[in-house]
Amino acid sequence: MEILTYAFMQRALIAALIVGITAPAIGIYLVQRRQSLMGDGIGHVALTGVGLGFLINSSSAWAGPVWIATFVAIAGSVAMELIRWYGKTRGDLALAMLFYGGMAGGVMLMNLSDAGSNANLSTYLFGSITTVSAQDMTAICVLAALVLAITVGLRRQLFAVCQDEEFARVTGLPVRLLNLLIAVTAAVTVTVAMRVVGLLLVSALMVIPVAAAQQISRSFAVTFALAVAIGIGVTVTGTATSYYVDVPSGATIVLFAIAVFVLFTLLAAPLARKRARAAAGGADGCTLEVPGSRAPADDVRV
Amino acid sequence: MEETSPPRSDHPVIALRGATASLGSRPVLRGVDLTVRAGEVVALLGANGSGKSTAVRSVIGQVPLTGGDLTLFGTPLRRFKEWHRVGYVPQRTTAAGGVPATVREIVTSGRLARSRFGLPRRADREAVHHALELVGMADRAKDSATALSGGQHQRVLIARALAVEPELLIMDEPMAGVDLASQEVLASALREQVARGTTVLLVLHELGPLEPLIDRAVVLRDGCVVHDGPPPEAVGQHALPGHDHVHPHADDTAPATLGTGLLS
Repeated sequence: MEILTYAFMQRALIAALIVGITAPAIGIYLVQRRQSLMGDGIGHVALTGVGLGFLINSSSAWAGPVWIATFVAIAGSVAMELIRWYGKTRGDLALAMLFYGGMAGGVMLMNLSDAGSNANLSTYLFGSITTVSAQDMTAICVLAALVLAITVGLRRQLFAVCQDEEFARVTGLPVRLLNLLIAVTAAVTVTVAMRVVGLLLVSALMVIPVAAAQQISRSFAVTFALAVAIGIGVTVTGTATSYYVDVPSGATIVLFAIAVFVLFTLLAAPLARKRARAAAGGADGCTLEVPGSRAPADDVRV
Repeated sequence: MEETSPPRSDHPVIALRGATASLGSRPVLRGVDLTVRAGEVVALLGANGSGKSTAVRSVIGQVPLTGGDLTLFGTPLRRFKEWHRVGYVPQRTTAAGGVPATVREIVTSGRLARSRFGLPRRADREAVHHALELVGMADRAKDSATALSGGQHQRVLIARALAVEPELLIMDEPMAGVDLASQEVLASALREQVARGTTVLLVLHELGPLEPLIDRAVVLRDGCVVHDGPPPEAVGQHALPGHDHVHPHADDTAPATLGTGLLS
């Protein structure tokens, strides 16, 4: 395994593993409340943060692009959550505005800065896992621990809020706070995954493993575990593949994830048939034996 | 701990006085008085758009009141924190979300009003099982909610509200789209709750199989109470067993229906 002897590949594989765990872990809640594309929106907003990071061009660890992107993404996701509360009527338009504004802002700021170039931009857009530095690793590990603590530790509460928000409010849970927590956690996950799959493909890793897992699972717990397992599987194999075959890591990971989705979809039909047979359990001939109909007694008289 | 009212105090469980509320620019409640005392079973009746759903949703704080006042168990809604005393069945056609979840997982979420941020204990699991048995869904506990029929979805939603072992049960059209067999199951589950002294407020489009349980009916029309007393007798053909109440209500409902269709 010569792949493991290079420090940059060790970092790449660990980063991939972390993203494989965290992205589906928060993604499942977004899918549950039917906001699969929220990750995409946050990704666009985070680009402005990356641009800002380059413009400031500070060398201190706490003002690097990853951290600034995190703060801007959090601000953007909180803004989206506020729009969801207060602007019910034209919420989708306001969100679209935020998406495109974030993208345009990122490109603009990046070009204004000295360090920014198109090549630099594309490493954030599409990911560049082998350039993850030791400094990035610290940030990624700290943020991932936070994401995991929230998504696993508060799974019952987050499940209730994402399943039926109105009902959750009547149970007395702090629904607004939990919604904000989901938004912030999603934003943090986007910036964690940014270097691995890129901002444009982050959302794929939040949604596709969940979509694949729910093809064959019946419970939330199994869907969660399976989605994380798929996430780990595709990110690690995708990263290893990109080392051996020299293809971009982000695109490889996403294509692997889609392959898993297709495979699980194909498996779903026979599995459902098998479960149906097991449930029927020898209840053959459930149609009632109907006695022969009576013979007509007489003609119709008017 | 300030003035925690004992379960059977002389406070009414729900006291809504002069309540006004509007959705957008349209007034939906125009001074509604509604008092529900401990142990009572009260049905809110009315045509589509009469404000009955809004009245119930304002009781649980989902629709803000623009005027009047509301107390739950003697505590003003703003300061009310004891949500574990309230079980709520929202108006839904499905219990499923965007990700598969088992019947037990959904019903367990109703228990959060008691367990909150703590770990689920044995009492929680037992309450969930008991709630599932009450609605006759214990054998489907491990099944995915997406595989259920309409009536079974409704039974799951009711089990979720019962899991918290509420003193007050609020149900918004629990019989909508439910077949006769499920209606019977729900009626017997409700009968058991009432026998245990649970207070019930339910929104109904018609009395149906729950009629014998109901102590009092409050009829709303255009956001005003037009009847508060014993359930109105069905007359003529409406009183026949098996009569299905399907005809549309006349005149005043047309614009109102448009209004609530968006929010109910």
